This record gives sequence, C-alpha cells and structure tokens, in this order.
Amino acid sequence: MAVCNCAGERVDSPQDLKLMELLDHYRGYDGALIPVLQGAQDIYGYLPEEVLEKVSNELKIPFSEVFGVVTFYAQFHLKPRGRNIIRVCLGTACHVLGNAKIFDRLKAILGVDNGETTEDLRFTLESVACIGACGLAPCIMINDDTHGRLTVDGLEAILEQYQ
Amino acid sequence: MSKLQEMRSGIEEQYKSKQDRARIVVGMGTCGIAAGAGKVMDAIKAEVEKTGMDVDVDFTSCIGMCFAEPVVEMMSPGKASVVYGGVSPDNVVQLMKSHLVDETPMLDMAQIQILGGAKPYADIPVMEKSGYYGQQVRSVTSRLGRTNPERIEDYIATGGYAGIEKALSMERLAVIDEIKKSGLRGRGGGGFPTGTKWQFVHDAVGDKKFIVCNADEGDPGAFMDRSVLEGDPHAVLEGMMIAAYAIGANEGVIYCRAEYPLAIRRLNMAIKVAEEMGIMGENIMGSGFNFKVRIKAGAGAFVCGEETALLNSIEGQRGMPRVRPPFPAHKGLWQKPTCLNNVETFANVPNIIRNGGDWFASMGTEKSKGSKVFCITGKINNTGLCEVPMGITLRDLVYNIAGGIKDGKKFKAVQSGGPSGGCLPTEKLDLSIDYENLGQAGAIMGSGGLVFMDETSCMLDIAKYFLNFTQMESCGKCTPCREGTKRMLEILERICEGNGVPEDIDNLERLARVIKTSALCALGQTAPNPVLTTLKYFRDEYEAHINEKRCPAGVCPALLTYTILEDKCVGCGVCIKACPVGAISGEKKKAHVIDPKTCVKCGACVAKCKFDAIVKA
Repeated sequence: MAVCNCAGERVDSPQDLKLMELLDHYRGYDGALIPVLQGAQDIYGYLPEEVLEKVSNELKIPFSEVFGVVTFYAQFHLKPRGRNIIRVCLGTACHVLGNAKIFDRLKAILGVDNGETTEDLRFTLESVACIGACGLAPCIMINDDTHGRLTVDGLEAILEQYQ
Repeated sequence: MSKLQEMRSGIEEQYKSKQDRARIVVGMGTCGIAAGAGKVMDAIKAEVEKTGMDVDVDFTSCIGMCFAEPVVEMMSPGKASVVYGGVSPDNVVQLMKSHLVDETPMLDMAQIQILGGAKPYADIPVMEKSGYYGQQVRSVTSRLGRTNPERIEDYIATGGYAGIEKALSMERLAVIDEIKKSGLRGRGGGGFPTGTKWQFVHDAVGDKKFIVCNADEGDPGAFMDRSVLEGDPHAVLEGMMIAAYAIGANEGVIYCRAEYPLAIRRLNMAIKVAEEMGIMGENIMGSGFNFKVRIKAGAGAFVCGEETALLNSIEGQRGMPRVRPPFPAHKGLWQKPTCLNNVETFANVPNIIRNGGDWFASMGTEKSKGSKVFCITGKINNTGLCEVPMGITLRDLVYNIAGGIKDGKKFKAVQSGGPSGGCLPTEKLDLSIDYENLGQAGAIMGSGGLVFMDETSCMLDIAKYFLNFTQMESCGKCTPCREGTKRMLEILERICEGNGVPEDIDNLERLARVIKTSALCALGQTAPNPVLTTLKYFRDEYEAHINEKRCPAGVCPALLTYTILEDKCVGCGVCIKACPVGAISGEKKKAHVIDPKTCVKCGACVAKCKFDAIVKA
C-alpha cells in the first residue's frame, strides 16, 4: 500500500501502484508527458479520466494540456480496448492492391466499424497510415505481428490465432 | 588503447573463421517475419537438432528482396553462398538436405549466389550480375541481409565504429568539411546539404547542443529507414556520434515511430551493448568526448516527421510545427541548437568518414551525390528495397531492378515521394533520378518511396487517396492546410462520384496554389503535389470523369457498371454465392443477370468467375 503524493489518497490496486512507480521514475524528466501516457496506457490498456487527472497533478501539467496531447496522437485511447488490436494498413501499396476489401471483410466478420471494439473485448479494429511492410501488401498488423499478402478468404484463419 | 581497438583484430579473426563453416541464415526483418520467417527458423532448428547436422544457424535482417520473402541463405564450407526465396516450413528440410548434405542447390528456389571468393554454382545468378542487384550499389545497405544486427561483433568486423575512431582523431571542422566535400544531402526528403547544416549548428551559440535522429518514417510506401534501423542499428548510432562530435553535442535523441517495435528493440540492444563496451558514454575511447542517446517512441502522428513538430513532440507537447525562423540549428530542442537528420543520412556518415568525402562524391550526379535507398512497391514483379547511385533512370528501376510491371500489364505512372510527391507518367521514364530532376517534374525525392502503377490504376483515385491522407494527418494549426486540403478532397470526391463540373479543375488548381504558398510547414506546402502532377500529366482522365462521367481505368465505383456477358456465362451460380448483397439472379445453366440497383460494385463476382463472363465498364 502506498500514499498518493497529490492528495494523500490511499492507492492499493496493483495498476495504481505501477502508475505511481512510473510517475516517480519520470519526475523531473524533461518531456515526460508522452512517455508517461504511453506507460500508463500499457498499464491500464487505455487512459481513463482518473488516470489523466493523476498524471496532470503529479507532473504539474494542466489537465487541459494533458487532454490536448492525448487527443492529438493516434496512439492514445480514452475508451477500453480489445485484447487484440488489428491495424489495417492504408498505405499506398496496400491501397493499390485492394486493402479496402480486406477492411470491409474484417468489419463484416467482427461486426464493428473502424476504431471500434468488439463487445467481448477480443478485438479492436483500427486503421493505420502505413506499417512499412509495403512489399507484402495488402497487410495488417495484429498486436505486434505483421500479416502480409492477405486474401479476403484467409482472414478468418488469421483471426483464429488470437483469442 | 581503447577496448575497441584491442578487440577489433580478435573480432575480425573470429568473424573470418566463421565464414568457413557451413551456415544457414534466415532473413528476420519485419517483412521476413510477416512472411513466415519465424516458422522457417523453428523448422530449421528442429531439423538441426534432430539430425545433429554440423551447421551454424543464424539470422540477419532484410536483404531487400521483399518479393522473395521468406529468404534463407545457405552455404557449404568454401562454397558460394546461395540465397533462396519463398522458403516455408514445408520445403526447408528438403532444401537443407539438398544444399548442405547433397551439395546440390535447388535451382527453382535459388534467387542469387554470393561468391565471397568461391567458385560459382552453375545456373544461379551471381548477386552483382543479377537483374535485381546488377545496377545496385551496397553502401548504406551493405550489412542488410549480410550480418546479424543484434551482434556488435558483426558490425565491428565489417568496419563498424572505425568512422568514429577516425573522426575523433580529426578536428571538428575537418569532419564537417569531409561531409561537405561528400555532397551528402538530407535523405529524409528535404535534400538540404548535410555539411552546411552541421556547420550552422557548430557555429550556433549555446551552452548545450542536441543531435536528433528523425526515425518517424511516415510516408506510405517508404520503409528504408525501418530496414536500416532493423538491419544496421549501429551505423545510425555511429553516424549520430560523429555528428555530435562535429557540432559539439553530447546528447542525442532518436525519435522512432511506435509502429516499428522491432527497430526500437534492436536500437535499444545496440545502445546497451555499445555503452557496455565503452564505445558510447563517458570519455569515448579515451578522447574526452561524451555521448549518450535515448529513444523516444512516437505516438502516432504523421506530422511529427516535420522537424519542428518532432521537436515539440519530444518536449511532450502536441506535435505541431513551429514557425521558422528560428530554425532548429539555432533554437531547436528545448530552445538549444539542434542538428536534425534522418536515419539514412546518419547511416551514410560512417562510410563517408571512413572512405573520404571524395569516394562518396564519385557516385551520383552533379548536384545529388552518392547513393539513395528506394522502396519499390506496387504493381511490379520485384517489390523490395534497393540502393542505387543517384542519377539512375526510372526506366532502369522499373524494367531492370523491379523486373517490369506485374502480369505483363503496361506501366502507367510512378508515385515518388509519398503524400508530398507526385505521379510521373511514361514520358518521364528516362528521367534520371536526382533531387533537381524530380523537383522540376513536379514530384519530389521524398524519403524514397516509389509506388508503381499500371493501366488499371485511376489517377484521380490515387490523388484522392493522398489528399485524404494529408487531410487526416493535418495537425490543424494553419488554415490553408486544415481547410484547403479538405475542400480539395471534397472536389475530388465529387468528381469521382460522377458529380464533377468543368470549373472543378480550375478550382483545384487555384486552391493548390494558395495552399502551396501559404501553409506553415512542408506537410501543407506539398500536400497539393499529387493533385497538381496528376492534373499536369493525366488531365484527360480528369476530363473523362467530369465530362463523360467515365473512369477510364475502371476504378471509381460510382462510374462503373457490372454486367454479365450472356454468351460467356455458363450459369454455374458461383457469382450468386459470391455476391454479398444478393444482386445476382438466374437459373442454373442459364445466363445470370446483375441488378444494377442492388449491386454495390464490390467486384466479388468478377474475382470468382472462372469464365471471364463478368465485365465492368
């Protein structure tokens, strides 16, 4: 158990403790906000409002500024996310080789639209500008794995690998 | 004497003796792994364990032949080394037996052979004479696919860290002069002379200076920086160290895209081991020069590739560009003089210092020296990474290195420079590629992504794609970019929907001019380029969309209709099953019909029809 530095609240969930450790590590570090938010998102899976408030208090950065940064970058999320993140590449090579059909099929299989999460929190479907695997277009990334040379029919088998 | 110098000879000997053993090397860059290199590696290891085969199993990064991934290299002692493509867990055991046990290369899978002084095998192209590599040079990419990027010994044995050793024995200004003499220009797209930039930062007054490496490679269609970071991380670090020494900085930051987890991992490993060996850190090699570097993972914003936006992002703010001047050379990171270069630029530096500026300047054209790494993708046979001398023609790239257009189709255009670049037509095939020529043609060098298109690509669709991209990625700070690109996109969308009016072309051109001259940063200033170049070279396509409501390439769905040819349709019913919206009807063994009102023009029926009975027009 530990005591939060900002308002003397008691902190005891393992996640909150980890956040405290993270904040302690970055205290007094120039440009800490983005690495802290990245770390906090790793801990919680997304960035709940209470966490943003804590980051704002601890780093002494106005909440408005924290919120501004969170909403500027594509990487940060204010809502819970799926256990597996699918990123559909919208790069030029993928575009030319028909990624729109891949995207549509994924939406149909999962029943969600771009940026949404399935109800069972198994998948979040997103698009990304380019994942830099153009030689294997059309491609998607699931978590840290890149899957290339996709066909519409092969998608279900790939999704099966991720529970 | 430094630890490095003591180690060098030992490492070199070890490295050489390793070359005399049988070996299997798997290409494990991001693209190789995506194509299944990990499973191939597992299968190789299992087979070696099972049979007790006397062979070294190792991995390397991307050799550049994306079209042949997964790529595996095999060598019997004293023989030439053969690079195989299309390797899978199913065929790799046979390949191992054939190549290493029976000493008979499998010709159908062999891509190239690397002699290394040995006698060539018959009927396998020698790397330097092969279609793909024949016109290439290997300078920045020399270690890619040849060494293990996670072993500093491999780097040192191949001349690594000799550049910083030499630089530390030189005067700071002499280092800058060598870079100036080489004629190296920024490889990130701007093409600013690197030596001049270093001189500015050297001359700038400040109690502290920074080196920043721009590894926020965001152009769709460009992955050379990722390949270099994954394949030769030490070269980037060494380049940064040399720059730091020259300008008088002792702290560096690498701003790397978060979408490149493998690159970040290998960089971190490289930094750690270099620090442990005293190559980086305090009092480097006893010279009194200190240098430390840290990695800042990007958070997903294309505009952060713009140098001042990148600096704001490192500082923990929204990644929006700053008004220049002051330039980063005077007021950069934390308002201190900062030297910003991209990955490929830094990776060139060690070679220039080691071999001299004149060596570098002997390659290339009058104003664009050296070699450039290009990513060639799209509708070509050989997609991949290639390094060529500046001044090579587009024709050589398309028909020799890229192996021509896929499926025997006709070349239509090449898009150079990502969202900031432009589309060049057939008439420009003999253009020799350098910064000036590409600029005059309306495109830009950019980071070096080249996307090739054939006759089935619609130029409006491509222009729309890029505008959509810049419009989404516009940070919103300045009005011309935020509003202008959106309005241009609306016009293009209208044209592609079949609702274009003749004034649209003039409006597009006028908006483009305003944005180019008034946007705050390069993202906005170059955003209209894809539209301007397609208007310049493919105006007839715009006119066909607007006046005839026709998409000549058959891409824009609103302008297409799908019909079934009665005489070719056998009535098999496959298309009925394939149609997601139930727009196709018909009895078995009788010609089917498509209901145009229900049809969503997805093309699923065309893809499934074995009799070419469905046409779009």
